[in-house]
Amino acid sequence: MAVLPTTHYEASAADDYLPLLRRAQTGDFAAFESLVGQLQGRVYGVAYRILGHVQDAEDVVQQTFLSVIEHIDGFRGESAVATWVLRIATNFALKSLRKKRGLPTVSLDTVDESFADVPHPQYIAHWRESADSRLDRSELRELLDRAIAELDDKYRVVFVLRDIEEMSTEETAEALGLSISNVKVRLLRARMQLRERLTRELGDDATRVEPDHRH
Amino acid sequence: MTCEEMLKALNDVIDDQSALALCTEFADHLAGCNPCQLVVDNIRKTIQLYKDEQPYPMPEAFQDRFRDAHKAKWKVKFPHAEV
Repeated sequence: MAVLPTTHYEASAADDYLPLLRRAQTGDFAAFESLVGQLQGRVYGVAYRILGHVQDAEDVVQQTFLSVIEHIDGFRGESAVATWVLRIATNFALKSLRKKRGLPTVSLDTVDESFADVPHPQYIAHWRESADSRLDRSELRELLDRAIAELDDKYRVVFVLRDIEEMSTEETAEALGLSISNVKVRLLRARMQLRERLTRELGDDATRVEPDHRH
Repeated sequence: MTCEEMLKALNDVIDDQSALALCTEFADHLAGCNPCQLVVDNIRKTIQLYKDEQPYPMPEAFQDRFRDAHKAKWKVKFPHAEV
């Protein structure tokens, strides 16, 4: 079972899912199902992007919503409902990831990293006009999936939560048990690596400029 | 500001639209540094591509199993609720 961290962050004033969750807390299964229907795609997306495997992602979705049922009484609205659910999903995904890697603990390596070690950009160019329409949808998805899968686990998880799921730096730090500065460094590393990878595929070579590290 | 310092501050420039207005050092550097401009632009586009991706569809067979498991758990959690 995932450890459900407490949070000190205020829920969004416009938490669209809160009325459904409140009804579900009274035993209203239809409200719970509606909540599941609205959040399952995001939960699946987070799990799939972290794990890169359909069956493992399905397991995480299943575990997440069973855990939501089990702990539904404990939700007090200290965070947004979606954030709470995605945090549970992330915990299960991390647990699954560690199991696959043969590691004993759930949390990712928490050793502090420094901005000084962030790799510098090498291939710098404008992206071709309509770079994303140059590839058909499935080719683009394949490229994006491949690029994110190539990230180290600890950078990929941060990118998924911060940039795709739009969690705040603080929420991401809490969900992953990292310091805020570590989240920032890992996010920058993830962004730089993905930028490098995608620009090599989608960049216009005619506009390439050499990085000028002299200034 | 140098490119090296800009690199360390990239998250702020990407995440906070007001950062350039609030920090003239960022704005001045970007205005005169084509490589840094491109890197910022590339990163913004990278993030947008991932955000714009269509949701992953969950397999239908899984959805049925998924719902059955929820029902069973719900009955244990709320024994008197209608499911």
